[in-house]
Amino acid sequence: MSSIASERRSEVSRRKGSYLYYRHTLPVRVMHWINVVALTVLLLSGLNIFSAHPALYWGKSSYSGRPPVLEIGAGEDSAGNPVGMTRIFGHDFVTTGLLGASAGADGQVEERTFPSWLTIPGNRWLAMARRWHFFFAWVFVLNGLCYLIYSIASRHLSRDLAPDHVELRSVGSSILDHLRFRHPSGEAAKRYNVLQKLTYLLVIFVLLPLTILMGFAMSPWLDALLPGWVDVIGGRQAARTIHFIVAWLIVAFVLVHVFEVFVAGFWNELRSMITGRYRVEVEAADETAR
Amino acid sequence: MKPHVRFSRRRFLTRGVAAASAVALSGCDALSRTEWFPKMLASAESLSRSAHHLIGRRAMAQEFTERDLSPEFRSNGTAMPNSAAYRTLAASRFADYRLRVDGLVQRPASLSLDELRALPSRTQITRHDCVEGWSAIGKWKGARLSAVLESAGARPEARYVVFYCADPMEEDGTGLYYESIDMLDAMHPQTLLAYELNDKPLPIKNGAPIRLRVERQLGYKHAKYVMRLELVESFAHIAGGNGGYWEDQGYEWYAGI
Repeated sequence: MSSIASERRSEVSRRKGSYLYYRHTLPVRVMHWINVVALTVLLLSGLNIFSAHPALYWGKSSYSGRPPVLEIGAGEDSAGNPVGMTRIFGHDFVTTGLLGASAGADGQVEERTFPSWLTIPGNRWLAMARRWHFFFAWVFVLNGLCYLIYSIASRHLSRDLAPDHVELRSVGSSILDHLRFRHPSGEAAKRYNVLQKLTYLLVIFVLLPLTILMGFAMSPWLDALLPGWVDVIGGRQAARTIHFIVAWLIVAFVLVHVFEVFVAGFWNELRSMITGRYRVEVEAADETAR
Repeated sequence: MKPHVRFSRRRFLTRGVAAASAVALSGCDALSRTEWFPKMLASAESLSRSAHHLIGRRAMAQEFTERDLSPEFRSNGTAMPNSAAYRTLAASRFADYRLRVDGLVQRPASLSLDELRALPSRTQITRHDCVEGWSAIGKWKGARLSAVLESAGARPEARYVVFYCADPMEEDGTGLYYESIDMLDAMHPQTLLAYELNDKPLPIKNGAPIRLRVERQLGYKHAKYVMRLELVESFAHIAGGNGGYWEDQGYEWYAGI
């Protein structure tokens, strides 16, 4: 039987038609919330760092004779007001309000790469943004290492995250269930579903390590450790571009993740990640059997 | 009217999220302005530096080929020092330029450009990574800093090399740029006092007549317009005490990341 946490029936409080099931262990909960804080700070301070040179390139350098693949800037309209412009592969888009130009502290639209509510600190302050970014990068990396060690040692990884053959065959029906917002209830809600398992594995073993690796690739000191390794991934500027894209893929994951929490039952899901306990509704069949 | 209700609920939610994030973010801004919090954040710098030094003290920065050269090497920061003394030197094509080497050395020296050119040199095509995020690739030739320090005889208590530059960072001509590196970087074979960029004498906009190349760190460590080297045990007494102009503005002294 596969269960998220060791089942402690004695601790489970029963009431009519439902009982609280201990679903997430304390280390997983603590590391989850540390990750929430670290990733939030990393994203927002990262956007501030990006604002110091709001352009992305492919290759080893920024000045290779080829234009940037993405560039955020500002122009002026006929009245002299700033207009936010975003250029992607040579195509210009007006993005006033979000990219290039947005309201500053006084409410006036001004030149800024991202709105101040999307950056740490709120104003352009590269030195301070780097301080935030690298401190929380260490928090994130050390937390991630602890999670890896814990997940392997406690069998969280093999028992709760690794899908078996039967589950892998049901990926198609799981996708349909998600599209219909149908979520497992009763005993099945104690375990991650197969799509959830695959998504978590993708995030834990691909996306998050990829951002770290691309971060390393931007460090001139770490580039020197094995000269040429950065070119394997397309060069330092390509690494910066991938770092940026993967950061947004993680944001996309978080949006879907939080959406699913709402769909599956906000308070129950939230409690299970705070106290560890998840309320399982006992299905009618179980009731009659008892 | 259902659509209306939904619209205002959405607006309520959006505003709620915006308000909550504003509170959280202004909290972050307030933390940035305290004394203790940035100090705590700064502890990551020594962690990064120790980790980096643990795994690669002697590592050589990647070198590139002529094909990778940037068509034009970008000038950043000062492009023409706002100083009468510097302009006088530049007017005579740096014929009167002297690099002073002093501090914790056995034989303080004053080197002309010809004397620097006569020292053991190195040519390398490397990538210059600015703290802002961009990179450019250039071909540098210069005197090995290790050769300069060996000829001057660095004393054992010397821990850092401080580079004093000709370019004032303030409009009134004060706040001369300066930088510092440790002896590990100073003795590294790729650390140069560069006098050529892309096979030509170093242009003024890139730091003529001499700029530092310290390849495993970010651009602001590569001091331009270098006039004097001082070997010191500590840089706490120099300018803002953080070992460099940008360091005094809050940037990391260890810029390998």
